[in-house]
Amino acid sequence: MSNEITFSIDGTIVKGKPGQTIMQAADEAGIYIPRLCYLPELTPHGSCRVCTVIVNGKPQTACTQPITEGMIVENDTPELKEHRRNLVDMMFIEGNHFCMFCERSGNCELQAMAYRLGILAPKFPFFFPDKAVDSSHKDIFLDLNRCILCGRCVNASNDIDKKGAFGFVGRGIHKKIAVNSEKNLKDTNMAVTDKAASVCPVGTINKKGTAFATPYGQRMYDEKPIGSDIEAKNK
Amino acid sequence: MAKPKIATASLAGCFGCHMSILDIDERILQLIEIVDFDKSPIDDIKKFTGQCAVGLIEGGCANEENVHVLQDFRRHCDILIAVGDCAINGDIPALRNNIPLKECLDEAYLNGPSVFNPEKIIPNDKELPLCLDRVYPCSEVVKIDYSLPGCPPNAEIIWQALVAILNNKPLDLPYEIIKYD
Ligand code: SF4
Ligand code: SF4
Ligand code: FES
Repeated sequence: MSNEITFSIDGTIVKGKPGQTIMQAADEAGIYIPRLCYLPELTPHGSCRVCTVIVNGKPQTACTQPITEGMIVENDTPELKEHRRNLVDMMFIEGNHFCMFCERSGNCELQAMAYRLGILAPKFPFFFPDKAVDSSHKDIFLDLNRCILCGRCVNASNDIDKKGAFGFVGRGIHKKIAVNSEKNLKDTNMAVTDKAASVCPVGTINKKGTAFATPYGQRMYDEKPIGSDIEAKNK
Repeated sequence: MAKPKIATASLAGCFGCHMSILDIDERILQLIEIVDFDKSPIDDIKKFTGQCAVGLIEGGCANEENVHVLQDFRRHCDILIAVGDCAINGDIPALRNNIPLKECLDEAYLNGPSVFNPEKIIPNDKELPLCLDRVYPCSEVVKIDYSLPGCPPNAEIIWQALVAILNNKPLDLPYEIIKYD
């Protein structure tokens, strides 16, 4: 059996290895597929759906779908762009995203994705939901107003830190992240050095005393859109 | 031919977005070559003198007067632009949206640590516009044609958007000037 799989993304021929997902093969080929919940070192969670691509005519999440010989993948189409904008718009209105005082601003993957997709304002009415802030832990604070339920903290705490500090509770619009204690984060055994403390794509899990360290203009996504590092491999 | 008119207003905002309009610096001279300012705090014209090409709105709607002003702008402006995060999503004023209005007023006028109000009066003169139950982004009150994010938006995005709109060109804003903070 050949150890190379050939398929196409938006007409470009891509070669990947058996067992790779579309996301992994695309990343290696320097093709950026927008994503929010995927992080290479964690088990894909498939929760945000931002990476949805069309595979042989059917929508699939690129972060979970394995590659197969000859598959035809569409990624950069006006329809998919619109679909991704809607998803990102919904994440903004379903939380309370006050970027102007958010510690993560400029380094936030949700905000950066909105910039990349050219969103000037969400098009849906705002929910202004009532969400909690937990600043009980001496080194970490949680602001659930900004959580996009990507599941990265859950996976990182379970699989890497082996602590299970975070989990999902509730369903649908009531779904939220909860900590593994009766009360607050301080009652768990989570430490600031845990992987779970550094994986959040937005400003929900923050390390105290680290905010606003990088000046405006020099933050991660100030100059170049999210995904530019992957696309740079292709130049 | 008469120059097109521009109007501006600040609703529930901090006037930071108006400061950003002034931050276009000497280009304001270029701007007044091509437009006349109508109702605006910049020239202190209080009432519309006619139909305007563009209205710039800073701030969301926190009270009934904000709603009236916004509706008046919608009637008088061909193109209405939400300038800044308060106009777009309510922003800092909208932090009260999860707290019942009575609790907000009690905190401000009765219970706040720096309050001195022995008669325990919550201001209720009929001259004062009534507070809304929550702060509404402009797009939830009237149709908004364009939004320029930022707190405040930088002068560059305001300038580039105005130039494009006044010249009937598409809004093609460079990546680096779109910021939500
Ligand atoms: S998490 Fe991101 S999008 Fe949300 S308020 Fe913070 S910077 Fe803005
Ligand atoms: S807290 Fe952060 S990492 Fe955890 S689910 Fe929410 S957004 Fe994802
Ligand atoms: S990145 Fe694939 S579903 Fe979120």
